[in-house]
Amino acid sequence: MDAADTDARTGADARLADFERTIERDQRIEPRDWMPDRYRSTMVRQIAQHAHSEIIGMQPEGAWITRAPSLRRKAILLAKVQDEAGHGLYLYSAAETLGADRPELTARLISGRQKYSSIFNYPTPSFADVGVIGWLVDGAAICNQVPLCRSSYGPYARAMIRICKEESFHQRQGYELLMTLMRGTEAQRRMVQESVDRWWWPSLMMFGPPDAESTHTAQSMAWKIKRHTNDELRQRFVDMTVPQAAALGVTLPDPDLRWNAERGHHDFGEVDWSELKRVISGDGPCNAERIEVRRAAHEDGAWVREAAAAHAAKRARREGEAA
Amino acid sequence: MEPSREWPLYEVFVRGKRGLNHVHVGSLRAADAEMALRNARDLYTRRNEGVSIWVVEAKAITASSPDEKDPFFAPSGDKVYRHPTFYDIPENVPHM
Ligand SMILES: [Fe+2]
Ligand SMILES: [Fe+2]
Repeated sequence: MDAADTDARTGADARLADFERTIERDQRIEPRDWMPDRYRSTMVRQIAQHAHSEIIGMQPEGAWITRAPSLRRKAILLAKVQDEAGHGLYLYSAAETLGADRPELTARLISGRQKYSSIFNYPTPSFADVGVIGWLVDGAAICNQVPLCRSSYGPYARAMIRICKEESFHQRQGYELLMTLMRGTEAQRRMVQESVDRWWWPSLMMFGPPDAESTHTAQSMAWKIKRHTNDELRQRFVDMTVPQAAALGVTLPDPDLRWNAERGHHDFGEVDWSELKRVISGDGPCNAERIEVRRAAHEDGAWVREAAAAHAAKRARREGEAA
Repeated sequence: MEPSREWPLYEVFVRGKRGLNHVHVGSLRAADAEMALRNARDLYTRRNEGVSIWVVEAKAITASSPDEKDPFFAPSGDKVYRHPTFYDIPENVPHM
């Protein structure tokens, strides 16, 4: 080994030590800091999948915007879906700070090379689903996202802070919608229960596979891009949701769900992990439709993007000539 | 899409209320500055988070190196006498 090699190696070691010390001190890694390639690629993947989830997540509820039963519900739902678009854009913006290319991320989503949350592959046949999604799906998202406000990657953590502030509105409007239905007719109450029956288990799946099978957890915890394991977060969600369900007057569809005084937590039944695997690998009820809608929106919008770029170029040229 | 037709990246700065500086809040893509402003309003100020927005094309920004031990910041590192706490003043001297 010659002197130049040694220098290069000690330089790399010093940079890695700096990186690790920053994380150890609970400080944030910022875009132009040196970082290990695997940290960068893991962050890009995590942020991109999160962004895709927000964007695809507009579809199940968006389907109800034109059919919401009152102007109040329509305005609320429109604002909520618009927020989800915003969340996607904050996150694509964070991914770009790592050198990711935005059109490339969209291409990866549309071609199925990058995933999004399995929950958005379930259909929304009833208006109660809008309420249940706000309550359970946004509720589970909040559980997942609050710890990410302390992610070691600065731009991601900052996007998460902004997102978490907005998610609280999402959950509360959903719960309020359900309370209104529960005060209604017997048929409306049945509609809520039927929707809860469909969404409860898929919501538990949002926390990912059980810890024993989760592949990325150890490294992600060491890098502080994940703060709690999947099972810890799932437990927290169950414990938070049980009293909310009781207050609402609905039954969570799990015969094994009961308080365990010894553990200080609720015990609950085994999630059907084969269903999660199936839905993630593309075989959920709506996977094909979700991607098709996203592809169509992207392709149908191409002429608008091109026209806007041409207009901007023309204006810039004219301003140049006038100057 | 050809690279030339791709919308440029704009960094967005928002003044939260009168009396505060503009603060960087994130970025977005837009065809031109005017569209960047409108999109920034819809993206970053949906809940009265701002009274004024700046957008700057990202490529127009010149930045220092992010390195913690960057010699660029060395000149201020050894000048403790720039801080008020550097000076010992007796306790009985008022208003200082
Ligand atoms: Fe969201
Ligand atoms: Fe949400």
